[in-house]
Amino acid sequence: MGEIRLMKGNEALAEALIRVGCDGYFGYPITPQSEVIEYLSKEATNRTGMVVLQAESEVSSINMLYGAAGTGRRVVTTSSSPGISLMQEGISYIAGAELPCLVVNVMRGGPGLGTIQPSQSDYFQATKGGGHGDYHLIVLTPYNVQEMVDFVKLGFELSEKYRVPAMVLADGAMGQMMEKVELFDQIPRRTEFPEWATTGKPHDKERRIVTSLFIEPEVMEQVNLRLQAKYRQIEAEETRFQTMNLEDAEYVFTGFGLGSRIAMKAMELAREKGYKVGLIRPQTVYPFPYAIYRETAPKIKGILDIEMNSGQMVEDVRLAVGDKTRVEFYGRMGGMIADPESVLKHFEKVYLGVE
Amino acid sequence: MSNLVEVPVNPEVVQDQFVVYKKPKTLTDKPLHYCPGCAHGVVHKLLMEVVDEMDIQDKIIGVAPVGCSVFAYDYMNIDMQEAAHGRACAVGTAIKRMMPDKFVFTYQGDGDLAAIGIAETIHAANRGENMLVVFINNAVYGMTSGQMAPTTLPDMVTTTTPFGRDVKTMGYPLRMSELLAQLPATYYITRQSVHNAVSVRKAKKALRQALEYQKEGKGFCMVEFVGNCPSNWRMTPLESQKFVEEKMTQYYVVGDVKVPGGK
Ligand SMILES: Cc1ncc(C[n+]2csc(CCOP(=O)(O)OP(=O)(O)O)c2C)c(N)n1
Ligand code: SF4
Ligand SMILES: [Mg+2]
Repeated sequence: MGEIRLMKGNEALAEALIRVGCDGYFGYPITPQSEVIEYLSKEATNRTGMVVLQAESEVSSINMLYGAAGTGRRVVTTSSSPGISLMQEGISYIAGAELPCLVVNVMRGGPGLGTIQPSQSDYFQATKGGGHGDYHLIVLTPYNVQEMVDFVKLGFELSEKYRVPAMVLADGAMGQMMEKVELFDQIPRRTEFPEWATTGKPHDKERRIVTSLFIEPEVMEQVNLRLQAKYRQIEAEETRFQTMNLEDAEYVFTGFGLGSRIAMKAMELAREKGYKVGLIRPQTVYPFPYAIYRETAPKIKGILDIEMNSGQMVEDVRLAVGDKTRVEFYGRMGGMIADPESVLKHFEKVYLGVE
Repeated sequence: MSNLVEVPVNPEVVQDQFVVYKKPKTLTDKPLHYCPGCAHGVVHKLLMEVVDEMDIQDKIIGVAPVGCSVFAYDYMNIDMQEAAHGRACAVGTAIKRMMPDKFVFTYQGDGDLAAIGIAETIHAANRGENMLVVFINNAVYGMTSGQMAPTTLPDMVTTTTPFGRDVKTMGYPLRMSELLAQLPATYYITRQSVHNAVSVRKAKKALRQALEYQKEGKGFCMVEFVGNCPSNWRMTPLESQKFVEEKMTQYYVVGDVKVPGGK
């Protein structure tokens, strides 16, 4: 059993970054996640020697991440929606150069400068590209403070296994809420680095080059094919999700992160009223767990998807189930958070005809 | 020229004591893609000569920019990273922070360093990152075929200043060396050129000096090169050298801009 603490999501995530043996953090303050850099500035260097650098912008942070990741170190940046938008070119370069690293987006409402309140409106950006070119990030969506911690470790492990950058797609609520959390023990920082890392050309070996430039289209296509093969493998092997009460379910509530948490509560309220509602909660949204929706669809009367956006993940849900079941959506936008009672009311209205 | 006769060389008789010139061993055998007469090739060679002389091939990491020298890593036989356009100083910063005992340099054009990447440049300099910036100022965007750079001289014609750079609407050429020299954390800033033999020799000394300072942990050093771009200047290599001598170095005065303990 690891150490138990009561912690704010952002601080728990920062603590996990130290414990996971991170070598470097590069970031620029933005609400609602500035606690991460503040916590690290205070704690990290003294404890593990981790480098914590406040960059001049998110453009700079992400390119620092590229450089540091290219040395084979465990490195991370965190930001919130506008800052993540600013990083997209760099994220694309990181994907193209196949550098493992972690990017954390504690989402807030948009578009534009938007609001500092929680939102989930960067789902498309996180899962469908964001930057230019055919690439994917491995995207993990925590629904409580515990997963803010666990997904730091998992994110690095998956990212390093595939040399695909990983993203923790959290939101302002996850970042700001306080919960009990179990922390894993300190993992020592690495002292040996991968073959491909630019650490100085070994005398007896070829030099290493970190680049995303492949000027000949024949070569660029091969690189793309290799990336796509990795993505197919990731889709086959790394999809993670949680289900509840599917055994007797007539309806399924779904959502990711904050949305799934509200869906879970709404499911409980529904069960109290005697409605047979189950839950599907993707933990990875890339790779997306299409199969569980596909398998469940013929057995149920409908799905209600709950997100703090205009309906983004619901497109993947619809893609998964086709015409095998009905899919309805309930969302709030712009930093407003759905309450479980309203979700339940919406469910009763659209599926049961209760006004 | 036609009066040059090819003399076949028998490798058996080439003896070290007769060698007057050879390519640094840290340059690869790949033929340079640079246009004839371009400064990029000369600076590559000087830099790798210094790496050879300091015997640091296994301890140095370079950062290539986006610009004509994007393929610098094809020629420099060392570990290298290719940065996004303008971000070399951010990339270099992080490499150095991860491995403070290694040598790090960025190699950047004027569009890269002084336009799109000026924030990264100034902040890396202001933090006193212990690395070397090799800055090739050729007053144009070479790679994208000769548009105006922040360093384009007043009235200079480029593809986006067909009537000459009008400083009233397009601003004045940035003197990056002078700008960075004002920052307390910069240690050694010098402007060099490679348009004739004397300047080439001095330029090499400057590169060596900067890397020696890095070894001593002194902080941010930049060697600016007043370069050329014969292709986009629409000049012969020789004409371009003359332009460097007569025009470029008038505005961008060659010499040390900031030296330790000095001006
Ligand atoms: C984000 C982005 N914007 C624009 C470009 C296009 N681009 C490539 S190189 C370059 C200018 C290069 O000029 P400079 O840095 O002076 O290098 P030179 O080729 O002259 O050596 C531009 C605008 C790009 N690659 N990326
Ligand atoms: S375009 Fe200009 S800068 Fe680029 S290689 Fe040719 S001469 Fe050099
Ligand atoms: Mg240029």
